Amino acid sequence: MIDFGDLDEIVFLIQKIYGYDFSDYSRASLLRRINRFMENSKVRSVFDLKYELVNNQGTFNKFVNEIVVNVSDFFRDPSFFKSLTTNVFPYLESYPSINIWSAGCSFGEETYSLAILLKEFELLHKSRLYATDISSNAIEKAKKGIYSNKNFKEYSGNYFACGGKESFNEYFISDKNNFIVNSDLKKNILFTRHNLVTDGVFKECQLVLCRNVLIYFNEDLQDKVLNLLYDSLPINGFLALGSKESLRFSSVGDKFMEIDKTERIYKKIR
Amino acid sequence: MIVIGGSAGAFQTLLSILEGMDKKIRIPIVLVLHRLKDQGSLLEKHIQLMTHYKVKEAEDKEFVKEGFLYTAPPGYHLLLEEDRSFSLDSSEMVNYSRPSIDVTFESFSRVLKEKCCGILLSGSNHDGAKGLKKIADNGGKTIVQDPDEAEFAVMPKAAIEIYKKHDVVTSNNIIKRLNYGFS
Repeated sequence: MIDFGDLDEIVFLIQKIYGYDFSDYSRASLLRRINRFMENSKVRSVFDLKYELVNNQGTFNKFVNEIVVNVSDFFRDPSFFKSLTTNVFPYLESYPSINIWSAGCSFGEETYSLAILLKEFELLHKSRLYATDISSNAIEKAKKGIYSNKNFKEYSGNYFACGGKESFNEYFISDKNNFIVNSDLKKNILFTRHNLVTDGVFKECQLVLCRNVLIYFNEDLQDKVLNLLYDSLPINGFLALGSKESLRFSSVGDKFMEIDKTERIYKKIR
Repeated sequence: MIVIGGSAGAFQTLLSILEGMDKKIRIPIVLVLHRLKDQGSLLEKHIQLMTHYKVKEAEDKEFVKEGFLYTAPPGYHLLLEEDRSFSLDSSEMVNYSRPSIDVTFESFSRVLKEKCCGILLSGSNHDGAKGLKKIADNGGKTIVQDPDEAEFAVMPKAAIEIYKKHDVVTSNNIIKRLNYGFS
């Protein structure tokens, strides 16, 4: 187990050797993830951790996968997706082509959920979804689109709670253990690696989703990333944050109007 | 800071503890209850009726203030930063729970050390036991609801099992401990 006092040195080491910048991550959260990694990988002391990180690229890769949180579900927060289809889709419809950025897409559950709804609202054919994550491991898994059957029932329930019109089954092929996303759903999605902390604007998009990413950053970095998201949107573009994230303390707060206060959907107005 | 954890059967006990607390006490309280998602702010409204504290859901990067009782939002773990602001975390469930009592106890204890008082109430799983021991290990005060009184004894029993020196008392005595220790 390590404590707050050990964090700076580890963050410095990682930045120096591998170029990842964790210095403005939430320290409480970062500490918890590192200790979780150490417990799972049986790394006992801060000395051993540093040794492993410096000398073993394999350990470092595992470390990063553990540090960046990759937890998501299909149609997580059904009320959010419902609001998106009601309040945002009608605007998207008016564009000849639609660009959407899912920033921090984890294993792709959210992106595929969105693609399903776009398809049901007959928008998918003219949409291009850019789904990015800091973790190359997450991106590889997202591209494959293979998920465990364990949560299928819950996901199916979420789908109907979002106002899904068809049957959740229909978008997947399943075997005994897994279900796999149909290839026609994947056609308009580009999964690629992007680091919100160090990389710039990805592409101008009419809708940007960045949900449950900001909570892992300190306030300075939250503001920096929100500025990046702001720069990625045209006027009248939409921004969707996680249900406990907001623009309240951000320097771009007054450049957005609230579309749905509870579901944290905003529209860029200036 | 007082951090209270509980699950099945904890709610009524919690209300009677809050009601019995000396109105002069203003030390921040943080509450982690296992609860269903999508209940809106019903829980907070209910608790508000029984306490002199101002009740609200903890928000990401919000600073902890005296006179407030904060609830952990459903679907998120609740952590404490060194500057005493909250951080939320939507990662894996711990003990089948998110928020997990263990996660909050451990995180708060790490920052607050002996200035953290942990209370574990009724519940039907083992969440909270490990975290409460951490609070004790870091010099904080730890109180467990008497399993004989708790509606569900599994949670208090689990805590006592891994650490014998918790203060194990009925809810009336929890009130007395708080009123004696913090007013």
